[in-house]
Amino acid sequence: MKNLYNKPPLNNPEKKLIIDQILEENKDLPGATMVILNLIQEKIGYVSKPVQNYVAEFLDVPISVIHGVISFYSFFTMDQRGEKNVKLCMGTACYVGGTPQLIDKAKQELNITLNETTPDGKITLEICRCVGACSQAPVVVVDDELHGNLTPQKFTKLLKNIQK
Amino acid sequence: MPNFNHPDMYQALFSDIKTNTPIKSPVYEKSGEIAAPTPKEIRVVLRNYGKIDPENINEYISQDGYQALLTCLTSYSPEQVIQVITDSGLRGRGGAGFPAGKKWQFTKNSPGEIKFVVCNADEGDPGAFMNRRVLEDDPHAVIEGMVIAAYAIGATQGYVYCRAEYPQAVRRMNIALKQARELGLLGKNIMATGFDFDIEVRMGAGAFVCGEETALMASIEGHRGEPRPRPPFPAVSGLWGKPTNINNVETFANVPQIILKGAEWFASMGTEKSKGTKTFALAGDVNHTGLIEVPLGISLREIVYDVGGGIKNNKGFKAVQTGGPMGGCLPEDYLDTPVDYEALAAAGSIMGSGGMIVMDEDTCMVDIARFFMDFIQDESCGKCTPCRVGTHSMLEILTRICEGKGKDGDIEELEHLSKVTRINSLCGLGQGAPNPVESTLKHFREEYEAHIYEKRCPAKVCRDLVQFSIIEDDCTGCMVCARNCPVEAIEGEKKQPHSIDPEVCIKCGICYNVCLFEAVVRQSE
Ligand SMILES: Cc1cc2nc3c(=O)[nH]c(=O)nc-3n(C[C@H](O)[C@H](O)[C@H](O)COP(=O)(O)O)c2cc1C
Ligand code: FES
Repeated sequence: MKNLYNKPPLNNPEKKLIIDQILEENKDLPGATMVILNLIQEKIGYVSKPVQNYVAEFLDVPISVIHGVISFYSFFTMDQRGEKNVKLCMGTACYVGGTPQLIDKAKQELNITLNETTPDGKITLEICRCVGACSQAPVVVVDDELHGNLTPQKFTKLLKNIQK
Repeated sequence: MPNFNHPDMYQALFSDIKTNTPIKSPVYEKSGEIAAPTPKEIRVVLRNYGKIDPENINEYISQDGYQALLTCLTSYSPEQVIQVITDSGLRGRGGAGFPAGKKWQFTKNSPGEIKFVVCNADEGDPGAFMNRRVLEDDPHAVIEGMVIAAYAIGATQGYVYCRAEYPQAVRRMNIALKQARELGLLGKNIMATGFDFDIEVRMGAGAFVCGEETALMASIEGHRGEPRPRPPFPAVSGLWGKPTNINNVETFANVPQIILKGAEWFASMGTEKSKGTKTFALAGDVNHTGLIEVPLGISLREIVYDVGGGIKNNKGFKAVQTGGPMGGCLPEDYLDTPVDYEALAAAGSIMGSGGMIVMDEDTCMVDIARFFMDFIQDESCGKCTPCRVGTHSMLEILTRICEGKGKDGDIEELEHLSKVTRINSLCGLGQGAPNPVESTLKHFREEYEAHIYEKRCPAKVCRDLVQFSIIEDDCTGCMVCARNCPVEAIEGEKKQPHSIDPEVCIKCGICYNVCLFEAVVRQSE
C-alpha cells in the first residue's frame, strides 16, 4: 500500500485528499464502485493503476474487479491527458457531416494522430460517440465546450486558438 | 419542506403558484435544435419546451405540473393508474415498444417488499438526442412520471441512469430532484399521503450496451455492464435481484399528460397499434434539422419534406435511417411508410428510440453499413461469441468492400453471417447488429455490386475508389484548395491552374468542398 503513495496522482496531497473524500462520501452507496470511479475520473482526469489499487483496498474488493470495470467503460482513462481534450464526434450525423475531414485537418495542424497528446502536453486528440448535438453536425467538444457546424477552415482556426 | 399535513394543502399551493406565475410565450433558441412546431407536429412530451425555466419547479407546476401525481395519490388506486396507462396504449419509447401498462402490471404482480423504478436515460444511439432535451428542458415531467409509476407498482427507490456524455442533463435532473424533495413531492410522505419514494441519478461511463436493460442494471450495481439472458425479466428479478420496472425517459414523460387528459385523448392520436406522439431527432441532409414531435402514423415523406423542409442544397433524397445502429435504411420507395412500430419493422427498419438521419445522394450505403458495423463491433461487450465474432467478421468484409478489395461471394457471406448473428446473439445488440447490413443489401444491393465487381463507389465516398483532379480551364488559381489541403498535395502558382498530386492526395475531399468554381472533380470508375 505504502509505495502507491509515491506515484501520481496519489503523491500529490491535494489530489489524494480529493480521492479520499470521494471514497469516504460514497462508500456506503449501493453500487458504489461506478459512482466512485466516475467521480475520480471527473475530478482527477484519469484513474491510474495505483489509484485502482487504492480504491480496491479501500472498498475491500479484488483489484481485478476494479480493473474489470475500468477496462469495460470507454470513459475511464488510465493515463493523464493533455491540458485540453479535443474530442471529435463520430456519431452518424457528424460522420456523414464531415468529421473524417476534420480529423485529417487536426492531424496536420497538431502533427499527432488520434489518441495522442502533443509533445508539449497541451492537446489530446480523440474521437467520441454522439454527443447529442446532431443538428449542429459536425461537432467537436473541447473539454466541456461544444463547437458545432464546423468546417475544416473553422476547425483549423479553433485549433490555432486553443494552441495559444 | 412545507409543513403540510393534508394533500388538500398541496392543491391550494398549486393553485397559488398557478395564479402567481406569469405565463410566458415560448422562446426558441438560436441553435435551432428545437424550432417552433410545424403544422404537422403535436407537442406532448415537448409541450413545455421553451415555456418554462427547467431549474424552477414553480414554472413546471404552473403548467399543471405534479397535478397528475396529486390526482393519482389521492383519487386513484394503483390498479386504476395502471388501467389508465394500459387503456391509453402507451408503448415503451426506448425502442422495443412494449406496452407500458402491461410492464407496470408485471412488476406490480411480482412478489417482493422492495421494488425499483429505473429510468433509462442512456440514449446511446448516435444521431439521437430526444431524451437529452427532455431531461434538460422538462426534468420534472420525467420525475413525475417515475413517481406515478412507483406508486402504481409499489416501489420505494428509483434511479435515473444517464450517459456520461450528458453532463448538463445530469445537472438539471439533480436540481429538479432537490426542488421536488424540498416541496415534499419526492422523498418521505409525498404530498402528505404517506407514500415514500426517492430518486437518485447514476451515471454511465461510455458503454453503448448499457442501454440494454439488464446491462444497465449491472452497471448501476457497480459492475461491468454486461447483459444477461432474459428471462428472468427485470419485472421479476432486476436491480439487486428485486422486481424492477424500467422505462425510457420519453415513456415516463408521457405519463403525467395521460393521467391529466385521459387515456382516450392519448389513444386518439396515432395508429391502431401505435398510439400517441413520438419525438424524433431529425438530422442529416434536410433543411430543418432538430427535435420534432409528431403523431405516430405520419409518413416518412411528411417528416422529411413537410417537417424537415426537404433535402438540403437541392440534392436528391437517398435514404432515411431510423432506429440507430440496430436500425435500417429505407429508400425513396418506402417514403410513404407510416411511422409506427409494425410498419417500420415490416419495411426492414425499426422505430428505435427516435434517431432519424436523412441522407442525400452523396451518401454511400456500403460505407454507412460499414460505419454502423464498426460502431456495433466496438460496442459489443464480448460476452457472447456470435455477437463478438459475427460483428467482427462482417466488419472485415464491409471494410474490404469499401477499400475496393471485395470478392465474389462477399454478399452471400454477409447474408449468412447476418442470419447467424441475429439468431444466436444473447442480447438486442447482436440480434439487431445485422439490420443495417440487411436493409442496405435489400434496398441498395447494386451499390455493393458496383464496389465489388466494378471497383466503383457510385456515391464517390469510399476513399480507395475515388480520384480527385482539377479541371485546368475552370481553375482560377485562387489557391483556396491548396491552402486547405491537409497534406499539401496541391501545387500551383497564384492565378495559375493548380494540380493534385495523386501520390500525396488522401482523398479527403476538402478541396472539392471549398472550391468556389467547381474546378475540382471527383471520379470513380
Ligand atoms: C443494445 C441496446 C441498447 C439500448 N439502448 C437503449 C437506450 O439508450 N435507451 C432506452 O431507453 N432503451 C434502450 N434499449 C432498450 C432497453 O433494453 C429497454 O427495452 C427499454 O429501456 C425499456 O423501456 P421502454 O419500455 O420504456 O422502452 C436498448 C436495448 C439494446 C438491446
Ligand atoms: S452525431 Fe455528432 S452530435 Fe450526434
